[in-house]
Amino acid sequence: MVDLIVVPLLKIVVLIVAVLTAVAYMVLLERKVQAWVQVRLGPMRVGPHGVLQPVADVLKLLIKEDITPSRVDRWVFTLAPIIVLVCAFWVFAVIPVGPTVELFGREVSLQLTDLNVGLLYVVSIASLGIYGTILAGWSSNSKYPLLGSLRASAQLVSYEVAVTMTLVTIILLTGSLSFNRIVEVQRDMGVWFAFLQPVAFFIYFVGGLAETNRAPFDLPEAEQELVAGFHTEYSGIRFALFFLAEYTNMIVVSAVAVTVFFGGWLAPFPNVGWLSWLGYIPGWMWFVIKVFGVLYAFLWVRATFPRYRYDQLMRLGWKVLIPLAIANVIVTAAVKVWWLS
Amino acid sequence: MGEGVAFYLLAALILACGVAVVTVRSAVHSVIFLVASFLLVAMLYVLLHAEFLAVIQVLVYAGGIMVLYLFVVMLVNLKRAPEQRVDPRRRDRLGILVGGAVLAELVAIGLYAFMQPLPASPPAETVAGANNIERVGWLLYTDFLVPFEVASVLLLVALIGAIVLAKREL
Repeated sequence: MVDLIVVPLLKIVVLIVAVLTAVAYMVLLERKVQAWVQVRLGPMRVGPHGVLQPVADVLKLLIKEDITPSRVDRWVFTLAPIIVLVCAFWVFAVIPVGPTVELFGREVSLQLTDLNVGLLYVVSIASLGIYGTILAGWSSNSKYPLLGSLRASAQLVSYEVAVTMTLVTIILLTGSLSFNRIVEVQRDMGVWFAFLQPVAFFIYFVGGLAETNRAPFDLPEAEQELVAGFHTEYSGIRFALFFLAEYTNMIVVSAVAVTVFFGGWLAPFPNVGWLSWLGYIPGWMWFVIKVFGVLYAFLWVRATFPRYRYDQLMRLGWKVLIPLAIANVIVTAAVKVWWLS
Repeated sequence: MGEGVAFYLLAALILACGVAVVTVRSAVHSVIFLVASFLLVAMLYVLLHAEFLAVIQVLVYAGGIMVLYLFVVMLVNLKRAPEQRVDPRRRDRLGILVGGAVLAELVAIGLYAFMQPLPASPPAETVAGANNIERVGWLLYTDFLVPFEVASVLLLVALIGAIVLAKREL
């Protein structure tokens, strides 16, 4: 009973609270990093160096008026932000945050469930998240959201192919779709897949930027052309849900990247003698540190690169990334068949 | 016990969604209900320990094909069903024909299941979840190689056909 209901519920609560806090501070971090890149100070007023800024933001969004425009499709308009956020959270069910630990005299794995189809599960849930975006744009009954959502869904559908292809190479290497197994294989092989599969990692990272609508691929919400894209008509708490989902998705992409390409909760340099003290830092801490590193890269890219044009984006996706990803799969499979056997 | 409850609950929900697909006014709402019913069917697969099939159902049908459906419905922007120009009597006749065919099929399946009851529990090797994907892969590339390749060629033909139709000049 305890194992079936209480433990998973506790895990879910901890996960959601941790992710929500992380999201709130991601927003602050994003503003700070951008400010540093542009030699500004960023938010400084609320609390020392603006550390209470997220609290103020959340309060503001909560007490703002939630307007439903008069000619929207009411049901779908309400449903869309829920779909986006729920799909973002679902993915965390299969991410291993750490190895099995002893907690209150009980073996607890720091993973909600170890699905044997974990990798495919993540891909399929991500493909469901697209619905939120499309439906938000359609139900708003307004031209900017519709254009924004059309762009977003075209972009998501096309970059999904490339990202899934890179994950296929990982499946070829590990022979398993379970995230736990993927981490274990990286431990046994003694190399993180980011170094074994740099091309796959590059494609995954670029595709991840595109799938989370981050700069330089933030076409769906290009302010100069589309006001705010698919969530133009949303305000108050429902806008906050979209905002939350976008940052949660960034954490999702980073968490999957860390698990698949950076050894998940493994400590780096286990074979270097004088760095063995790194192993004393608990696994979940390494996981958090690595996720933070990837997120920082996201922010860095946003502060550095200008936005792509829409045709450039599509050309990059279909004519560069997808062929490259397929070639990578073929080469990996060939090496595996002829070299390693 | 628990599985039975889950099955009947899911079955009822799937039927409800199916009815909603054909009865709601707006085409976009129909698509949403169709997606919901696909997701519920995926849950049925999970109940049968076919996780791979469940995920593929979500990925391909709910996530892939229906998004394109939604695209089309949104772009065509059907506020209501197009005016029926066909003779209503012909439509009724067609409906009776199709409905009768489906009913006959269901009765046939039911009779077959009644005549040859399946073993109470499926053989152990199909339940072993760990090798779910491997087993599907083996079957696809050994016993069902020809149907698999034929299906892929069919898809390729559809792909080329779409390009030929869409492109004015090649």
